Amino acid sequence: MSSVPGGPAGAPVLEVDDLAVTFARRGEQATRAVDGVSFAVGASETVGLVGESGCGKSVTSLAIMGLLPRRGVTVSGSVRLEGQELIGASDSRLRTLRGAHMAMVFQDPLSSLNPTVQIGTQVTEVLLEHRDMSKSEAATEAADLLDRVGIPDPSRRLKEYPHQLSGGMRQRALIAMALACSPRLLIADEPTTALDVTIQAQILELLRELVVDTGTALVMITHDLGVVAGLCDRVHVMYSGKIIETADRHELFARPRQPYTGGLLASVPRLDAGRGTPLTPIRGSARDAIPWAEGCAFAPRCDNAQDDCLTEVSGSVVPLEYDGPGRELRCRHPLEHPPAPSGATAAGAAR
Amino acid sequence: MTTPAAEPLLRVQGLKVHFPIKKGVFFDRTVGHVRAVDGVDLAIERGSTYGLVGESGCGKSTLGRAILRLVEPTAGEVLFDGTDVASLEREPLRQMRQRMQMVFQDPLGSLDPRQNVESLLAEPLRAHGLGGGTKGIADKIRGLLDAVGLPSAALRRYPHEFSGGQRQRIGIARAIALEPDLLIADEPVSALDVSVQAQVLNLLEELQERLQLTYLVIAHDLAVVRHISDVVGVMYLGSLVEQAPADALYEQPLHPYTRALMSAVPVPDPVVEETRERILLAGDLPSPANPPSGCRFHTRCPWRQETRCDDEVPVLRELAPGRLVSCHWAEEIRDGVLHPKSAEEVAAVMGVSVRATGAEAQETDALVQGVDQPVERT
Repeated sequence: MSSVPGGPAGAPVLEVDDLAVTFARRGEQATRAVDGVSFAVGASETVGLVGESGCGKSVTSLAIMGLLPRRGVTVSGSVRLEGQELIGASDSRLRTLRGAHMAMVFQDPLSSLNPTVQIGTQVTEVLLEHRDMSKSEAATEAADLLDRVGIPDPSRRLKEYPHQLSGGMRQRALIAMALACSPRLLIADEPTTALDVTIQAQILELLRELVVDTGTALVMITHDLGVVAGLCDRVHVMYSGKIIETADRHELFARPRQPYTGGLLASVPRLDAGRGTPLTPIRGSARDAIPWAEGCAFAPRCDNAQDDCLTEVSGSVVPLEYDGPGRELRCRHPLEHPPAPSGATAAGAAR
Repeated sequence: MTTPAAEPLLRVQGLKVHFPIKKGVFFDRTVGHVRAVDGVDLAIERGSTYGLVGESGCGKSTLGRAILRLVEPTAGEVLFDGTDVASLEREPLRQMRQRMQMVFQDPLGSLDPRQNVESLLAEPLRAHGLGGGTKGIADKIRGLLDAVGLPSAALRRYPHEFSGGQRQRIGIARAIALEPDLLIADEPVSALDVSVQAQVLNLLEELQERLQLTYLVIAHDLAVVRHISDVVGVMYLGSLVEQAPADALYEQPLHPYTRALMSAVPVPDPVVEETRERILLAGDLPSPANPPSGCRFHTRCPWRQETRCDDEVPVLRELAPGRLVSCHWAEEIRDGVLHPKSAEEVAAVMGVSVRATGAEAQETDALVQGVDQPVERT
């Protein structure tokens, strides 16, 4: 795939190539949760994976981290972290990489912390494992880390248990753990979904600072287009296991080309729109998707859909194609935009 | 009805809901109260939509439930069409509930998994002796499904067979089955996917127009509330801090908390995101068991002043017609006389251990012994 990293550094930190994940259960048809996903993330670049529940964005992140169970799961394709192949790597190899070179922040901060272990023990565990520190050094470092992510009175917090912290502070503690070894890659899977807006703003600000200060490559997985608009450099929109549109965030929000992306933007009530501004919902729900092999999965809900969206008529699966500089699109009948009457290619050439 | 049109459908006066904190094995000692709702006044006009926003733990859901008497109010009046719901007992209360219904947040959790849609929708009609016999009820249910956009094939199905958006439609159909006057919707769309949210919001608006419903919509999502509401009330730690017509509130929020809240909502537009003002708040919501003295927001407020804020409780006062705000310095903040401090400064001044609480239980000891008090940073 022709995903070129947009970051200043030469080689991308993370390259995902044709990643596919299939879940099989005995006596049932296998489910392909992720279906040929390719993207790259450069140093100090933030890439967003956006989609609704069930589109495969979380499975993608788990596959990258090698956290999917072995049994009943087939992962194919290639995931390279700074050139090293992760798919098929041994457990011990992955253990040395996870935490040290790549880290993850999960959605639900309460269930991703051990409720019976003090915060301090959980944060120092990473340091003892990967940075060969003595216990006292690790404790000092852990207090530093908590302070860096904005947890007040860190030395007291280290002795507390997860239930004594608020949601925002738990998420901060998780971020502190993820940052303990200054990883090259940080994957944040819906890091703010469980939090209130004012706390969400604090956490997003923290992530923004981190990317700038440490040059970490950040993969942001979210369903919230607002979060994407404020944080991500490049955005991949996923639907039913495939990337259907890729664009720079300004391009994506100004000129969405996939009808699904356009539909998502039109169906979100906006804070800066007046009362009674009509919302245009997308018909049906994500359950109505058809398998990609039969045609565009979004076709049953799409207003632009025509006969050749189905494989039966056109003879081929809808491909992810070049659509102007920095853009890729999987659609045969994309949305047109008045400012660029002859399509995005002409708009790109004019620039 | 004989009530004049000017009389609001619902008037809430000085409503308080306090939950006792119990301690002890043999004797239940009450060692304190969580003041979930602490003196709220509001009025909702007929046919309008009142939006209630606030962060989790601010008491907005408790307020909604107290209006329906799903939790017992500790004090105060809930005047529904002139009758005080808070003092009604048994049968009159049951009769009154026919006119006020609720749509819950979790569409799966609020539908009995062992009842099919037909029986779910027939239950309220039977309970209130409405619908006119088996035949009448069957017709009525078909009409209800039609109104919320579900096929009649749905009748024999069970809640788990539907998607989230469809389940919420069933919940809405059940709520409008009794043709209520007031519909309280507690986070009606927060459990739904973005593309489905819009469908449900449009349905609510359409039903309001068709059935002349009055809504109280409780939500944490300001964009949703702005979209659907005529009047918006903002709650913080159990009390209203600001109330205004939706457009006026969003154009010029007067209370510091509202301003911070609005600046925190991400807007799906990179151009707006880059240019707008961002106010970050310090710390978390203080404990409602031991709220800060004076103005409850002063521990996190970027505009806090040395005088009045810490010790004098601000009252909800009318700054302009229809615009209520409870802040001592609202005029000065509006006119730009006072300038906000950054979150770091606020945190440094207040000492930062304003303990957070969420919905989750805290150690009662900490609640009682006042660990929530700001501690000076050394």
